[in-house]
Amino acid sequence: MILDDKLGRDADAFYNALMDAHEGLDETESHALNARLVLIFANEIGDLDRLKTLLTTARQNTTS
Amino acid sequence: MAYDYAPFPYTPPPGLTQPEPRHRVVIVGAGPIGLAMAIDLAQQGIASVVLDDNNVVSVGSRAICWAKRTLEIFDRLGVGERMLAKGVTWKVGRNFHHNEQVYAFDLLPEPGHKYPAFINLQQYYVEQYLAERAQDFPDLIDLRFLNKVTDHADHGDHVTLDITTPDGNYTLEADYYLACDGAGSATRTRMDLPFKGQTFEEHFLIVDVEMETSPFGNHDTPERWFWFNPPFHNGQSALLHKQPDNIYRIDLQLGPDTDPQIEATEAKVIPRIKAIVGDTPFRLDWMSVYKFRCAKLDRFVHNRVIFVGDSAHVVSPFGARGGNGGIQDLDNLGWKLAAVLQGKAAQSLLETYNTERVHGSAENILNSSRATNFMTPKSPIEALFRDQVLDLAADHPFARKLINSGRLSQPCTLAESPLQTPGDAPVPPGTPLLDAPILDAQGPAWLLSKAQGSFTLLTAGPAYLPDIAGIARIGINQSNDYPCYRSEDGHVETRYGTVKIYLLRPDGHVCAVFDTPDPTAIIAARDRALGATL
Ligand SMILES: Cc1cc2nc3c(=O)[nH]c(=O)nc-3n(C[C@H](O)[C@H](O)[C@H](O)COP(=O)(O)OP(=O)(O)OC[C@H]3O[C@@H](n4cnc5c(N)ncnc54)[C@H](O)[C@@H]3O)c2cc1C
Repeated sequence: MILDDKLGRDADAFYNALMDAHEGLDETESHALNARLVLIFANEIGDLDRLKTLLTTARQNTTS
Repeated sequence: MAYDYAPFPYTPPPGLTQPEPRHRVVIVGAGPIGLAMAIDLAQQGIASVVLDDNNVVSVGSRAICWAKRTLEIFDRLGVGERMLAKGVTWKVGRNFHHNEQVYAFDLLPEPGHKYPAFINLQQYYVEQYLAERAQDFPDLIDLRFLNKVTDHADHGDHVTLDITTPDGNYTLEADYYLACDGAGSATRTRMDLPFKGQTFEEHFLIVDVEMETSPFGNHDTPERWFWFNPPFHNGQSALLHKQPDNIYRIDLQLGPDTDPQIEATEAKVIPRIKAIVGDTPFRLDWMSVYKFRCAKLDRFVHNRVIFVGDSAHVVSPFGARGGNGGIQDLDNLGWKLAAVLQGKAAQSLLETYNTERVHGSAENILNSSRATNFMTPKSPIEALFRDQVLDLAADHPFARKLINSGRLSQPCTLAESPLQTPGDAPVPPGTPLLDAPILDAQGPAWLLSKAQGSFTLLTAGPAYLPDIAGIARIGINQSNDYPCYRSEDGHVETRYGTVKIYLLRPDGHVCAVFDTPDPTAIIAARDRALGATL
């Protein structure tokens, strides 16, 4: 699946806010934050079929 | 061929032998901003003295990317066409990850503009052309090289300056002191003004090489190429630009822990360049190692001392918002200072230079620091996110939008400023005018070159524009007793519509729009733009 842009003009602001959210955390804490974010975002999406497709898409892109 | 740095002549200033009468404006610094400032004021009949501690143009090419809006301002100052003719025009940027292109952008996808999205032109040419243009105003611009300002004091209604020359010291008095003395502004230091912001730890190597064969390969259209994790450089990023005279700019990110003294040597640089261009012969023209920062003053206006350009704000160069931002400063200040000195506006108008350009430079800093942050991840987690964005970008458009190698300089919008009368139109109040092709008596021409420099009423609708003292008029597809032009290919109508009447400020920004040509409303909007309601 191909994911089109939905953030529009806010893309840079979002990315920076995400980096700010990690500011000052060590790697374990950042890992935990990411896990919490995934769970929170999943709940916001709230659609199992869509979530499964997104999981597959993300997994496909994983390079070693 | 290396640029020939012909020194500007030094003449002993009159102040060495007898006190000079108080000048209206003294400009400290003859960089691009100080020179352009003097030309802008001279075109409005305001005399200035320009003092510079040096006597050659910028050493090294430094700024090379000049944006469309800057060229439009240079057009008003009488140097745009010369810059365009010499510069290398480009509009497409490509981002690569390793060897693969992941994203390309076109900064000016539509036709019908006099100036392109960008030209690349070495800062020494820009300064040379500005200095030569300044000499067209011998009665209004007094250029003094090897005149170093060592002190100044604001006396409420004027400023005094202490100046050192090869022949000794003297003092000057001026109504206004414009600090165009660059990033290291001694004016700022003397006044103990905080210059707050972010310094990036990363070192960048900036090299100009001259070569016959294009490193862009058989791509003959010049573009901006940016690599993340380039195959030819063991570092985070690389950037390539073409300049006139077969000179290419190469920026290489070196990381935080390098020694700038060692890096800026031929022994270190030549192998790095060979890794990019192979065995092609080249000549090293200029090289320098930088650490970048984004910082600005809280206020640009301090009574009679006004900061313009790098003295007021600095940015990292990714996005080309430094010099381009400074040119927008003087475009904003020029007509306001002239109006105040000519008694057409109160001194409080200058405060809106402060608010409008503090706003503009904050926007430039925001964009430049976001780009630099993306390019220089400062923790493993930032690096992880960046690398995953780059990987996702191969397949997913959303991730391409997150790749940030610099958001290139755009004119800033001044909609919030109290000088603008709120309103709705295809070109809304606060935005700079949009150029479009027109026909005048001589043939093809550009709206831009007709509409800047004074308050101007503009319409492509049927309305007869009223005759108001101090306001120029332009009718498109009309024939009336004021300058009227035909639109070419319908661009004016598409951009401005055929209903609204626009009032432009002398810096080309729309300050009000009208449905009917009501003189009372137009005068009120013009007076508001001159600060009447502040
Ligand atoms: C590597 C690099 C790449 C860049 N690339 C770009 C780009 O692509 N696009 C872009 O828009 N910008 C770019 N910039 C930024 C751009 O160079 C600056 O924004 C621009 O030079 C600012 O102009 P200025 O006139 O304010 O200051 P300056 O050019 O610094 O001029 C200040 C002048 O004041 C004089 N002066 C200083 N102190 C005194 C004193 N006490 N008395 C008298 N004179 C004095 C100096 O001699 C100098 O001539 C780049 C900068 C660097 C370093």
